[in-house]
Amino acid sequence: MLEDKDRIFQNLYNDKGSDLESAFNRGDWSNTKEICLKGKEWIINEIKNSELRGRGGAGFPTGLKWSFAPKEIGSRPHYLVINADESEPGTCKDRDILRFEPHKLIEGCLFASYAVGAHKCYIYVRGEYFSEGIKLQNAIDEAYEKGLIGKNASDTNWDLDIYIHYGAGAYICGEETALLESIEGKKGQPRLKPPFPALIGLYGCPTIVNNVETIAVVPTILKRGGKWFASLGKKKNTGTKIFCISGNVNNPCNVEEEMGISLKELIEKHAGGVIGGWDNLKAVIPGGSSMPLLPKEICEKLTMDFDTLVENKSGLGTAGIIVINKDQDIIKCMARIARFYKHESCGQCTPCREGSGWMWRMLERMARGEASREEVDMLLDVTKQIEGHTICAFGEGSAWPIQGLLRHFKKEVAKRNDFNPLVNKNRNIPYLVDQHLLEK
Amino acid sequence: MSIKKISKEQPEKFEFDKNNTEQAKRIIQNYPKGKQQSAVMALLYLAQKQNDNWIPLSAIKYIAKFLEMPYIKVYEVATFYSMYNLSPVGKYFVQICTTTPCMIRGAYKLVDVCKKKISNKEKVLTDNGECSWVEVECLGACINAPMMQINDNYFEDLDEEKCEKIIDQILKGEEPQPGSYRGRKNSEPENNRKTLIDLKNA
Repeated sequence: MLEDKDRIFQNLYNDKGSDLESAFNRGDWSNTKEICLKGKEWIINEIKNSELRGRGGAGFPTGLKWSFAPKEIGSRPHYLVINADESEPGTCKDRDILRFEPHKLIEGCLFASYAVGAHKCYIYVRGEYFSEGIKLQNAIDEAYEKGLIGKNASDTNWDLDIYIHYGAGAYICGEETALLESIEGKKGQPRLKPPFPALIGLYGCPTIVNNVETIAVVPTILKRGGKWFASLGKKKNTGTKIFCISGNVNNPCNVEEEMGISLKELIEKHAGGVIGGWDNLKAVIPGGSSMPLLPKEICEKLTMDFDTLVENKSGLGTAGIIVINKDQDIIKCMARIARFYKHESCGQCTPCREGSGWMWRMLERMARGEASREEVDMLLDVTKQIEGHTICAFGEGSAWPIQGLLRHFKKEVAKRNDFNPLVNKNRNIPYLVDQHLLEK
Repeated sequence: MSIKKISKEQPEKFEFDKNNTEQAKRIIQNYPKGKQQSAVMALLYLAQKQNDNWIPLSAIKYIAKFLEMPYIKVYEVATFYSMYNLSPVGKYFVQICTTTPCMIRGAYKLVDVCKKKISNKEKVLTDNGECSWVEVECLGACINAPMMQINDNYFEDLDEEKCEKIIDQILKGEEPQPGSYRGRKNSEPENNRKTLIDLKNA
C-alpha cells in the first residue's frame, strides 16, 4: 500500500479545507517561481522523466504531448484547455479535485501554460458540477488576489488568465475536439484528426488539452522530481492514481493508490469488499463504462495499470471501477450502459448514431429473453460495424462494453435467448426481423 | 441523441434583467475579441435561470441578437445540450441518475418515489406547476450512488425513505440540505478509512 506521505492529494476527503491558506500548508504554491525560472525545457523534460501518462482515459504521455506545442509563439496565441467534463459512468475523481484541491489544479495550470507557451487557460467544467465550479472560481479569485496568477503570475514574468467555461450536459464534450467546438460556442461534435489540436485547436490556434488529474499532479512532480514519481507504480505505468470504486461494494469510495495495485486489494481493503463476499462477485468494469467488463476469474489476479488491462482486452480508462455482484442481472446492466451511449451519441457519424440505438434495443430484448438465437451473433456483428468507423472514439466506447459482455458472458446471453422463430411459431414478438417468415 | 420538446406556449418577449446583462457582458470579456459566440452556452444558462428553469424561443432570439449570431446557431446549441430545458420544468427540477452504477444501487426505487409523489410520467409538472422529474444519465457522483440533483444541488447516498422525505420537503417549498444523506464525509469510505488517517485525526 502506498504510504500517506507519497499521496499527492492530501485533501481528497476535505479534512483540512480547500482555501488558499490550507493549500499553502499542504505545500501548494511553494517554489513556484524557482521552478518556472528553470525554463520550459526543464519542465517538459521533468514530466517526460516522470513518465506521467494522461489520466483522462487514453493514457497518452503528457510530456510528449506538451512537446508538440510549437516552440515559439507565432502570430497565433497558444491555449491550454483543462478537461473537467467528467461524465464517464463510474468516474468521479475530478469532482473531488475541483472542490477540495483546486489550488493544485491552478498551480498545475500555471506550470503547464508556461511550458506550452499559453497565456490563456480555459477550464471546461461540466454543467452539472455547479457548486464545484463555484468552489473552483473562488480558488481562482483567491489566486488572482495574491498575484499567483494574472499579470506577472507568481513573479515569473509570465501572464496567465484562467477562465471557467461551463458545459451543459453533453458526454461527448469530454472528447478533446468536441470540447474545443463547445468552447467555440457550437454543438459539441468532434472534429476529424489530423490536424491535431496541438497545431490547430481552439479558434484555430495551437492548443494543449489535458485532464484535471493530469494537471493537478504536475506541481507535486516538479517539486519532488520526476524520478520520485517514476519510482512509484510499475514500469511505463508510473505514479499514483485516484481510483473510484462504485457499485456493489460495502464502502464505495475514492482512493489514491499506486498504479499497478491489485484490483482485489483495492476492492477488499479500501472499498470494504464486495457485497455478499468476494465469491458473490460477478464482473468488474475496470475503467469507466466504455471499457469491456472482466469476469471474476480474471479479476482474481488483475493489477490496475494501463498495460496489464490492455493485455486482458480491457483498459484502465479513467480508473472508475464498477463492481457488479451476482444479485444483478449483467445483461440488464449492460443494456443500461448501451442506453447511456444511445442517449449521448452526438449524431455526427451514422454508424454510431444509428448503431448505438440498435445495440440498446437488442440488449433490452435480450435482457427480457425475447431475442432470437441468431440475434446474439448479430449483436456482435453490429458492434464490429461501429467500432473504428466513426470520427471519434465514442464508437469504440459504445461497442466495447457489449463486446466484453459477449466475450465473457455469451453463454448466459445465449441461454436466455435461444428460441428459434421459425420453430416456435406461437411466440408473438412483433419486432422480430424474421416475422414475415412465420407461417400464418 | 435526446429528443427535445419545445413548449407550445411561449412568452412573447424576453430580455435579460440588469444584473444578467452585466454578467453576460462580463462573460463575453472572457473570450478573445470577435469570438463572442463562445459565450452562447453561458448566456443560455443565464436565460434559463432568469426564466424559471426553462428557455423560451424568444430568449434564443434575444441571445442571437446579443451575440450577433444567426438564430439557428443558437437554436442548435440549445437543442444539442441536455441541460437546456425548452419547456417549463417547474421551480424544482428533480433529476435522477439511473446509469448503471446508480442503477445497481437502487436508483429505480427513487424513480418510483418520484412517480408516486410528483407525477406518473417524467417531464410532467405537478398540479401546481412547481415541480417535475426526469431520468438522466450519469451525473458524476457514482460513489455516492444512488443520487439525485434538484436544481443545482446534489443529494447523495439516498434510499427510498430519504428520497421521499426530500421530495416532501421541496413540495412544501422548503430547502432540503444537499450532500450525503448517510452522514458520510464526501467520498471517503465509511467507517473503513485506511488512508490519510493522521490528517483525519489531527
